[in-house]
Amino acid sequence: MSWEWSVIWEYLPRLWQGALLTLELVFFSGLIGIILAVPLALMRASHNWVLRALPFAYIFFFRGTPLLVQIFLIYYGAAQFDVIKDSALWPVLKEPYWCAIIAFSLNTAAYSAELIRGAIQAIPKGEIEVSQALGMSKATMIRRIILPRSFGIVFPAYSNELLLMLKGSALASTITLLDLTGMARTIIARTYTPLEMFFAAGMMYLIIAGVMIGCFRLLERRINRYQYYKLDPSQR
Amino acid sequence: MIRKLFAAGIALATLAAAPVTLAADKIRIATEGAYAPFNMVDSDGNLIGFDVDIANALCEQMEVECEIVAQDWDGIIPGLRARKYDAIIASMSITEERLRVVDFSEKYYSNVLAFVAGKDKNLDVSKKGLNGLVVGAQRATIAGQMLEDKYSDVVTVKLYDTQDNAYLDLASGRLDALLSDKFPAYDWLRTDDGQGFEFKGEDLDINDEIGIAVRKGDDLKDDFSAAIKAIVANGKYEEINKKYFPFSIY
Repeated sequence: MSWEWSVIWEYLPRLWQGALLTLELVFFSGLIGIILAVPLALMRASHNWVLRALPFAYIFFFRGTPLLVQIFLIYYGAAQFDVIKDSALWPVLKEPYWCAIIAFSLNTAAYSAELIRGAIQAIPKGEIEVSQALGMSKATMIRRIILPRSFGIVFPAYSNELLLMLKGSALASTITLLDLTGMARTIIARTYTPLEMFFAAGMMYLIIAGVMIGCFRLLERRINRYQYYKLDPSQR
Repeated sequence: MIRKLFAAGIALATLAAAPVTLAADKIRIATEGAYAPFNMVDSDGNLIGFDVDIANALCEQMEVECEIVAQDWDGIIPGLRARKYDAIIASMSITEERLRVVDFSEKYYSNVLAFVAGKDKNLDVSKKGLNGLVVGAQRATIAGQMLEDKYSDVVTVKLYDTQDNAYLDLASGRLDALLSDKFPAYDWLRTDDGQGFEFKGEDLDINDEIGIAVRKGDDLKDDFSAAIKAIVANGKYEEINKKYFPFSIY
């Protein structure tokens, strides 16, 4: 089997187009996902059992089923019902782009909520006690103590979740979207050069992941800067 | 009991006598399993359809043992080249691009394309009439390539992993029309889901011959070509054809 570099160069602009869509999907899904995840996590960490139980079924479903199944249910499944096709939701659900965003957002929100819940419960009890002793209201405590502290704790695990979502976004290609994977597969259908195209697409995923990892590092240093305290050399 | 043992002994002896030919004569054939009525999976998970019947008839004609396996369309040519199987009988069109990487037997049927859309739609399938519509096809097929090459300047092209998914989106209204191989679409139009749809305009004769793909330089190519001629001549082909279509597709 011969290796054709030229075919990679020829189709690089189209792969790049696909990569942009991948980035867009990951960015918006990540954003919506985290916005959903925070209140869900607070509910899950609540002492009130009703509040704790409410998001359980949702999180259980999205963590317990494959992402591909979720995408298919939202894209092909929802379209089977006339109720949905006649509703105001249809202009949104009709578009594969929004179906992908919805599926990815709900999926990542479920995982992130559990991550953040774990982080909230990992905050040393003393810190909560101190904030109570200072007479903080519940809202102030959440805003000033619980959320900032839990973000610091959750960050390494959460960056992992975002990387998993970057790769999970390849499933967008199954609902006609031309993301990086979809674009590569469409090009392969024409050129029959799967090794070259998947190699090129894989490299692009690596580059995107590399940039993401770099950003996470910087953010982590900023958020958890107290952990990076250096001894003052003059005091040794 | 003794007789049974004796019979088993003979069977074993014959097996032992001809192990080389047996192993060599077993041909593994790949098909997709998602392209009704040519290849599909029945409720018990068995591969069935026109392609499968033809494959079995050809193997019978060639007097060889065959094993038919299912393989996703995207990876079906790479799998052949990687020796996962020896031939592809999956309604594959003989194209120049494919001929660069595999060999094909003589055709075992000819394909035409047709547009499918809702009966309630007054669709003119000229480029002007399709302007601004959303049209779908299966990825990695002639219909998909044709849409991209000849229509992508006027329509929004959507490519699907399987024909079934394209039908789902046609039924849901996400697609205004579908460009598809005519024969499988004919089969779908007869199902409950296909009742609201019909062929639009003339068939697109694309000089599209369907052959059996084998690895480059493999002698199997000539064996298959000879066997196709033989079953066309002896009426076996017509028998299979009638099972699926009221008209000849050869």
